[in-house]
Amino acid sequence: MQKGIITLTSRPSIICGASVVGKKEMDGPLARCFDKYDLTDTFDMPTWEQSESEMQRIAFNTAMEKGGFKIHDIDAIFAGDLINQCISSGYGLANFDTQFFGLFGACSTMAESLVLGSMLVDSGKYSRVAAVTSSHNCSAERQFRFPLEYGGQRTPTAQWTVTGSAAVIIGEHSDLPYIAEVLPGRVCDKGINDSANMGAAMAPAAIDTLKRYFDESGKKPDDFSAIFTGDLGYEGSSILVDFLRSDGYDISRVHHDCGLMIYDRERQDVHAGGSGCGCCATVFAGHILPQLKEKKLKDILFIATGAMMNTASIQQGLTIPGIAHLARITVSEGDDGQNS
Amino acid sequence: MDKILDYIWAFAIGGGLCVIAQILIDKTKLTPARILVLYVVAGVILTGIGLYGPLVDFAGCGATVPLTGFGYSLAEGVKKAIDERGLIGALTGGLTATSAGVTAAMVFAWLAAVLFKGKPKG
Amino acid sequence: MNMDDKTYKKYVEKRATKSNLSADCARAFLIGGFICTLGQGLFDIYTMLGMSEDNVKALVPVSLVFLAALLTSLNVFDNIAKFAGAGTLVPITGFANAVVSPALDTKAEGFILGVGAKIFTVAGPVILYGTLASTIYGIILYVVRYF
Repeated sequence: MQKGIITLTSRPSIICGASVVGKKEMDGPLARCFDKYDLTDTFDMPTWEQSESEMQRIAFNTAMEKGGFKIHDIDAIFAGDLINQCISSGYGLANFDTQFFGLFGACSTMAESLVLGSMLVDSGKYSRVAAVTSSHNCSAERQFRFPLEYGGQRTPTAQWTVTGSAAVIIGEHSDLPYIAEVLPGRVCDKGINDSANMGAAMAPAAIDTLKRYFDESGKKPDDFSAIFTGDLGYEGSSILVDFLRSDGYDISRVHHDCGLMIYDRERQDVHAGGSGCGCCATVFAGHILPQLKEKKLKDILFIATGAMMNTASIQQGLTIPGIAHLARITVSEGDDGQNS
Repeated sequence: MDKILDYIWAFAIGGGLCVIAQILIDKTKLTPARILVLYVVAGVILTGIGLYGPLVDFAGCGATVPLTGFGYSLAEGVKKAIDERGLIGALTGGLTATSAGVTAAMVFAWLAAVLFKGKPKG
Repeated sequence: MNMDDKTYKKYVEKRATKSNLSADCARAFLIGGFICTLGQGLFDIYTMLGMSEDNVKALVPVSLVFLAALLTSLNVFDNIAKFAGAGTLVPITGFANAVVSPALDTKAEGFILGVGAKIFTVAGPVILYGTLASTIYGIILYVVRYF
């Protein structure tokens, strides 16, 4: 039974990606990276859940446009979001004439979609698939926390759900970059039950996956141009760096967290940083992927984490299990260590 | 001069009650909802043991406007109703005394829902 | 991870960014104090207008509830509350906001199962436990007094 790193021998390509965001993301440092936006956050829809679905639809259509594809070019979509029973994906991607897989990996869903999609392309079952995820601050607040107009103070360790959606299209080996290896995560629960500190709940999963990756591959953190985590935020990122250091892997020089990149923590009142399925998805599609295409980044680890909780589990005081899926994305055609 | 003092005490006691809640928010894992419940129940108990009445006399709205004052109104209402109607007053007094505030909240909330819509935070 | 759950939890709590207690308290004191003083001002104005004490006592909370409801509807209450913390939470304004905000939020689910059913999702516990406590107090009072 295969339990470790899965090498994708055909090196599927990440052909293109597209990102859609809301106002706060457009106020942030990555504003010029995103393809589409709506400063009202509504995307002309009457409810926040529909706004989120609309973002997915726009993101997927934009990604197809950028790649010059029509819907019959896409064999399947792997999609997910945070809203109960993944309705944002179900509605957003309804009536597209292709096969659909709804996934839930909480905020790790973009990495989960990339892992599954690239494995199926590598196996030859599909020739081209899309990974689509979204989150919307308003629909998430409504579901997980308080009504939008409720006057509450957020604790400093809390994270801010990103309003955004991204779609990435993966195909058979052609244009760079390529997904060379994937390492699916294991659910890790270290007993954190504070939903206002999800970084701490998710960090153990990221530590587990990264440590397994380094142990098995024999690679060192500095072998990579960057290691991007999904949305550990300020709290989770420092926990991750600390623990991996004590395990002998110093990632501090190459580590970046999408939750810390998408907002300016000093200026934007987001506390510990961004989170949500749209967080690492939009940063990946808008910021990381273009740099890989331009070879500014050559070999990266993309590892997105998720906090697997819901409102009932939180109110019952249950602990929050975390998950972290990893994909190694490189611009190198084949042989490891050789940049094309 | 007396009036000015009234305002100063209303400010100080009202503000002070808020500070205690803020310390509970920052220093414990108590959620705001739990703190509000705590405040209302504390208001009832403090009134029952005769401590809150004098604070209301002293600080006026500084003691009645915070949620402990809601508890005070509930308890005072029950007391009055029991004096007038006997045991049934335990059931009628509380909500009768606080009905204006609670009903106002419901009416204004419903009107707000008809007329307005929530906006994204920030 | 070579760390047991308890140790990890302690480690996390120790390293977590802390709230700035003194600044939070100062803001809560100022805004909370201001709202109570405003209540006192309304109290005096209504009295001066010749209203009965009972009516004034009812009208002051109603006025503050109205103000909080209006500010909530205009999407400003949450911004004040972010600054004031317990300063807006503890006065009756916090109660009003807790009733109005779910009403606004659940409009999409309709006026019966949305607004109607969810209006007390946040403030309900306050009414339930306040009323419960006052009922128990009433029973005790009755027993002590008449037996």
